[in-house]
Amino acid sequence: MLLLERRPCDSALMRWTSPLLALVLTVITGFILFLAMGKDPVKGLTFFFITPVSDLIGLAELGLKMAPLLLCAAGLTVCYRAKLWNIGAEGHFLMGALGASIMAVQLVDVDGFWVLPIVLLAGTLAGMVWAAIASGLKTHLHCNEILTTIMLNYIALNLLLYTVHGPLKDPYGFGFPQSVMFADSALLPALIPGTRLHLGLAFGLLAAVAVWVLFARSFIGFQLNVVGQDHRAAAFAGFGARRLTWFAFLVGGATAGLAGASEVTGPIGQLVPQVSPGYGYTAIIVVFLGRMHALGIVVASALLALTFIGGEMLQIAMNMPKAVTGLFQGLLLFYLLTCDAFIHYRIRLKRPARQTTMAAKPAPGEA
Amino acid sequence: MELLTNVLAATVVAGTPLLLVALGELICERSGVLNLGQEGMMLMGAVAGFVAALTSGSLVVGVAAAVLAGTGMSLLFAFMAVSLAANQYAAGLALTIFGTGLSAFLGAGFVGQSIDGFTRVAIPFLSDIPVLGRVLFDQDPLVYLSLIVFVGVAIFLRHTRGGLLLRAVGEDPEAANANGLKVLVVRYLAVAFGGGMAGLAGAYLSLAYTPLWTENMTAGRGWIALALVVFATWRPERVVLGAYLFGAASILHLVLQGLGWKSSTELLAMLPYVVTILMLVLLSWNPARTRLNTPLSLGQPYRPGR
Repeated sequence: MLLLERRPCDSALMRWTSPLLALVLTVITGFILFLAMGKDPVKGLTFFFITPVSDLIGLAELGLKMAPLLLCAAGLTVCYRAKLWNIGAEGHFLMGALGASIMAVQLVDVDGFWVLPIVLLAGTLAGMVWAAIASGLKTHLHCNEILTTIMLNYIALNLLLYTVHGPLKDPYGFGFPQSVMFADSALLPALIPGTRLHLGLAFGLLAAVAVWVLFARSFIGFQLNVVGQDHRAAAFAGFGARRLTWFAFLVGGATAGLAGASEVTGPIGQLVPQVSPGYGYTAIIVVFLGRMHALGIVVASALLALTFIGGEMLQIAMNMPKAVTGLFQGLLLFYLLTCDAFIHYRIRLKRPARQTTMAAKPAPGEA
Repeated sequence: MELLTNVLAATVVAGTPLLLVALGELICERSGVLNLGQEGMMLMGAVAGFVAALTSGSLVVGVAAAVLAGTGMSLLFAFMAVSLAANQYAAGLALTIFGTGLSAFLGAGFVGQSIDGFTRVAIPFLSDIPVLGRVLFDQDPLVYLSLIVFVGVAIFLRHTRGGLLLRAVGEDPEAANANGLKVLVVRYLAVAFGGGMAGLAGAYLSLAYTPLWTENMTAGRGWIALALVVFATWRPERVVLGAYLFGAASILHLVLQGLGWKSSTELLAMLPYVVTILMLVLLSWNPARTRLNTPLSLGQPYRPGR
């Protein structure tokens, strides 16, 4: 009989090979899926993984999708390290887009170098406000953050829809639910001329560096790690759980808010209802896949950005539903968590002897 | 009076999908397993039910397919969270993300089609009771089914040996194991029941509530149901009460518009989510009370012979 046995200590090798294994399993599943649908699997996988990034324009599009994912994931990393299950990045993102848009529409006739920073700041603050609600509900009213953040996501979406159908709707927009186009002074400059890639990617990379500094070099990062690994130890050490919760949530809100602001001031240039194809949710996968590590989330956000453009490519080239993206992302996370089990456990074929399992338990006095 | 009766009847209809999925999750959580994948399982139930009903022409086949789809999804979760002792939060989230993606993929070719969904079947005599008759006994068959399941779950939990075993596993898996109970088997069954119910709730949406399929048609109901179980302090009677309360909140915008109140649809559509947060606040502000009601081992993986 197969038996899971706890490893004496976690496998560091497995920790980093698990994402690769998950990717391989996902690709194999994709291969089978293409076959089952009667499509050429090699062609399909090529269209999904390679064609979209085979030229400069494609790479720029990859960076474009990477930016929001990386920003959201950087904030979520801070939360998840402290075992704060904030799944509200989508809501922070939408509020960031909304806050930035409101500011940009106010300043639509204004020209000046300061317009863009103010617009981005408005978005960042809006994201932080949204995260602060969840944080306050957790620290002062003991509400489960998973449920409150997901509810806030839906509320943010409805708020955005209301604004874009109502107060911010362009009166000359032929009835389309969208805001006016922002002034040029409120738009992010392009990173590579001639492509849509904008400064947002630089924000994302900076955020990843900040995450690295936070956890490798700062005391508050250390405190967050301790809270996540053993909250009682953190309490004994006198690390204020409330203060750390606020810190993590506000960072999460700020980065995702900035991501939303960068999206409306970057590739879109106005507020539209479909500002996010689910970046905030996909960022959760980025964090897990990137092992909650700065470098890891950079690589993972590139891979998941690829799933967005790969899905679009399949839709155009092979007439497949765009939902392939979501399916791929779901499969990847699923395989990842399954493979992750083998970080802590290994498979044994036989049941181990009884005494060893008894001895493994600490005596009452030791605990 | 006429208006009130109709509003109450609509409340029951709107509350039924919540009731179905929350009853399933209640059983699941009572065994100590927190499955955050409700949304994903509901969506799979909705798409499977719709496609099966459309292609076979039979609503019963649709419902069966939905229950199977929900159960299948939940077994995937059980494999990760129960067998592999993975983090239940992460595994549940994965299930929701996976279910959202897979259902959108499977249903892509069926968007925009419609079927003849379940219609109301009045129960003789009982439906003649004033108000209550229309509200509870002149509904579609799945509403009756949800009430039957509720009674079944309530009796099962409180008055049967099986219910006692389930609660024992949820409160203290170590002790249950020491008494010879197969903890993992009990948890698998509880998770599977939760999955089947979530599938059924999905079918209610795509076969009765709005007989069509659209991406993400559950609109967060799976998550609301999770809050509902907390709200109900893990008791079936309160789940019913809560489900209808949330049902009322979700149709309030229709009622207000019917009364001539002019307000934005989008703003009123926030209401169920706002109500959910308010409920959580009311129930959670006293952590001691929450701890008293929560199944003790909730969210903690169990591995025998540790």
